[in-house]
Amino acid sequence: MLARLASKRLLEIRQAFRQFPQTNRSLSTALNYHIDTPDNNPKVPWEFSEANKPKVHEILSHYPSNYKQSAVIPLLDLAQQQHGGWLPVSAMDAVAKVIEVAPIRVYEVATFYSMFNRAKVGKYHLLVCGTTPCMIRGSREIEDALLKHLGVKRNEVTKDGLFSVGEMECMEDVTPKRVVEIVEALKRGEKPPRGTQNPERVNCGPAGGNTTLLGEPKPPPCRDLDAC
Amino acid sequence: MGLGLLASRALRSSSSRVLSTNPRYNLFRTIVSTPELHKPEAAAEAAAEPDLPKRTPVAGARVHFPNPDDVIEVFVDGYPVKIPKGMTVLQACSVAGVDIPRFCYHDRLSIAGNCRMCLVEVEKSPKPVASCAMPALPGMKIKTDTPIAKKAREGVMEFLLMNHPLDCPICDQGGECDLQDQSMAFGSDRGRFTETKRSVVDKNLGPLVKTVMTRCIQCTRCVRFASEIAGVQDLGMLGRGSGEEIGTYVEKLMTSELSGNVIDICPVGALTSKPFAFKARNWELKGTESIDVTDAVGSNIRIDSRGPEVMRIVPRLNEDINEEWISDKTRFCYDGLKRQRLSDPMIRGADGRFKPVSWRDALAVVAEVIHQIKPEEIVGVAGKLSDAESMMLLKDFLNKMGSNNVWCEGNGKNTDADLRSGYLLNSSIGGLEKADCFLLVGTQPRVEAAMVNARIRKTVRATQAKVGYIGPAADFNYDHQHLGTGPETLVAIADGGHPFSSTLASAKNPAIIVGAGIFEREDKDAIFSVLQSMAAKNENLIRPDWNGLNVLLLNAAQAAALDLGLVPESDNAIESAKFVYLMGADDVNLDKLPKDAFVVYQGHHGDNGVYRANVILPSAVFSEKEGIYENTEGCSQQTVPAVPTIGDAREDWKIIRALSEVSGVRLPYDTIHGVRSRIRTVAPNLLNLDEREPAAFSVSLKPESPKKVSKLPFGVMVDNFYMTDAITRASKIMAQCSAVLTKK
Ligand code: SF4
Ligand code: FES
Ligand code: FES
Repeated sequence: MLARLASKRLLEIRQAFRQFPQTNRSLSTALNYHIDTPDNNPKVPWEFSEANKPKVHEILSHYPSNYKQSAVIPLLDLAQQQHGGWLPVSAMDAVAKVIEVAPIRVYEVATFYSMFNRAKVGKYHLLVCGTTPCMIRGSREIEDALLKHLGVKRNEVTKDGLFSVGEMECMEDVTPKRVVEIVEALKRGEKPPRGTQNPERVNCGPAGGNTTLLGEPKPPPCRDLDAC
Repeated sequence: MGLGLLASRALRSSSSRVLSTNPRYNLFRTIVSTPELHKPEAAAEAAAEPDLPKRTPVAGARVHFPNPDDVIEVFVDGYPVKIPKGMTVLQACSVAGVDIPRFCYHDRLSIAGNCRMCLVEVEKSPKPVASCAMPALPGMKIKTDTPIAKKAREGVMEFLLMNHPLDCPICDQGGECDLQDQSMAFGSDRGRFTETKRSVVDKNLGPLVKTVMTRCIQCTRCVRFASEIAGVQDLGMLGRGSGEEIGTYVEKLMTSELSGNVIDICPVGALTSKPFAFKARNWELKGTESIDVTDAVGSNIRIDSRGPEVMRIVPRLNEDINEEWISDKTRFCYDGLKRQRLSDPMIRGADGRFKPVSWRDALAVVAEVIHQIKPEEIVGVAGKLSDAESMMLLKDFLNKMGSNNVWCEGNGKNTDADLRSGYLLNSSIGGLEKADCFLLVGTQPRVEAAMVNARIRKTVRATQAKVGYIGPAADFNYDHQHLGTGPETLVAIADGGHPFSSTLASAKNPAIIVGAGIFEREDKDAIFSVLQSMAAKNENLIRPDWNGLNVLLLNAAQAAALDLGLVPESDNAIESAKFVYLMGADDVNLDKLPKDAFVVYQGHHGDNGVYRANVILPSAVFSEKEGIYENTEGCSQQTVPAVPTIGDAREDWKIIRALSEVSGVRLPYDTIHGVRSRIRTVAPNLLNLDEREPAAFSVSLKPESPKKVSKLPFGVMVDNFYMTDAITRASKIMAQCSAVLTKK
């Protein structure tokens, strides 16, 4: 009897969860495969700029000449910086040529790291945390506020090319109101303060100051390994 | 102590020793169906029993010790086994007769260690180890059957099945799926995952490989195969975590002549055969172990048929020839076996149209005509796909008619058939792995013999062997130096004035491979005498334990034809011929044939040869007959009939035997064994099936050729890999491939 009640209750709970609108899950800023667009296809010429060429040599010089491929991540980073924060497929091909590997080996790396943006992003790429603790603390509302204020969808760039919104793991501590203020500040060209936006917190410390670990931590019982 | 313990004692008598010696165990007795899972350590001890039944190595695994000092001993489930140093735990287990479940590990690919299915317990190791990636160490105590190992496998299996669509009923891999088999053997009976599964976009890899990417378990075997064996760096592992998927990132087809092999190595149904999709279930198929005839390699295959139809072709293991791969042409030409077939004897009427007749009438017409022709005007040409028996009979028959103008297409005029070393791949296909320097002369192995090319690539990858190539610009999937296009480069190398000469001279096992296209050249004697002079200068090229002077043949029939002495008597036999007997020969140039000549076409497909034919005699294809073929290295093998012949078609040798009787020159062979005893008197090596008969070293006996090499550059022998003979030209799949995959 009890068991049946319990299982019924479980079913109800599940049902309740199902009702939540399923936001579609996206893991990074782009799909794991490439779709040709006018500004992003293998035919668009792409090269390291003259200013960056010495940097390419400098990066390559860190690795033995038969392990050039180790330079893939710094070179991708350099290419992304050169190209306004994102990596078109021809930039990846250019990197592949520099380190003398097949392009697919570079694509593998670029798709692995979510900080390599393989689709166009805004000048300011705003990333909202999607982890469980942040969800509980209202990260979805923050995202909604951002999307509503900017009038874009996730992974879309605003018309002025300034902003795009994506998802990532936790960075900041903000409120829906505060993000809109930050966006406005960025629009005006101001630089909002880095780190937590909660005035009561210092860096990643808790609001209202530390509550634990106030003094010097106690050493473990036998620090002196010889003595024990 | 109570009834429960008594019962469990009775049930697990093998572990009773532990029960009574371990008092703690009595206290912790829990009431579950598999108590071992709760006390793995105790049960593990119980597993080791001193009296061990004998075990045999998995799949006949053999060990060979290159150096007796490198032998180590490990214990697998208590069995001591001796293995060479450097073997992995998984290999040690298979020597000990324990088959470890696996997905990502493959003998011929590098080790990835990413599926974790092969977890075993190793004594003193804190957690289960992935046996495929762990080198075996002396005295290691490996346990494959303990509760810890079982639980680990069950857990891995549950994770693998979490995102797997479980669509076996509509999956072509069903019945031969590693995932299916291993989840039956090692998995749990249910999973705990109730969320939605991931979805993955299917990739388009071309007309041969069908993808259902949701079934992929990310073992990366296909990625490793493509980059290591096939040499096309197209596939990769994209993304990470649960979003990980196999793909090419940018839309790209898999343009490799070996791409079909990913179907075999994919342990699940993610990569399956597109032409075979939803055609048959593998347990309905009858397997016939046969050999392939679409090139001169003689790859070992299994023909899977259902009723009278060939449903698919898959490779068979043969370490010396094709290892466990086959080319796409071999694998997918099978639909050509049923299209455009000739099923009835036919005679061309006065109106130029063919009319089906009975065998009796057709043979009578041929017999009548052949008697009215002067013997020197009779010509016989054997096709690329002919077996040794039929070529023997064709030669005997025409000899009896007084003509000696019989040859096999592709062998050219006045080819020297006396010295076998002059037309065989003397180093042997497997032997090429020992070579450290290759010189390819007028041959593009990638399209002429894909499996030989795979060997060369394997060698180049393993030992960084140098490859020089003389011939028209061509596609290679390994590093090579393009030295020139014509024979004068070869002469320069022979004279020592070329930079490659020193590379060749310093090589320990140099291998020179000459393409069979040479046979068609006017200056072939001159080229061979250049090669001979190279052998004379470089004693490493030919010595008792190594023969590096090779000819790579193009067609399955060529080697046997030369062994049987099918060489034309006169150089321009076709120009003066009045009677031409084409035995499956579709690629002979009949332009110069006199208008009034009578042409008999005996063959299986309505291909090129039919256009000029007056009489058609339908014959059987390789999947329908028993026949001996000799491959390019001189190994004779035989085909085995897998399906019945179509319509009124007959085996080639029987047709000629019947024709000889109607013509009044009866050949005395009534069974295939009769034909074979005739072959024994001409070329006994053809009857030593599955054995390579190396040629004797006699190159230096040949006289120097007075002629000079010509300036003519080497030509391309195979310009479309997918369509080279009657069967592949009839195949729709091959037509699709050449439309989509060949580079224009
Ligand atoms: S497609 Fe097949 S072979 Fe390739 S990674 Fe997936 S399961 Fe492995
Ligand atoms: S077989 Fe060992 S990890 Fe896959
Ligand atoms: S039956 Fe195993 S993946 Fe289809």
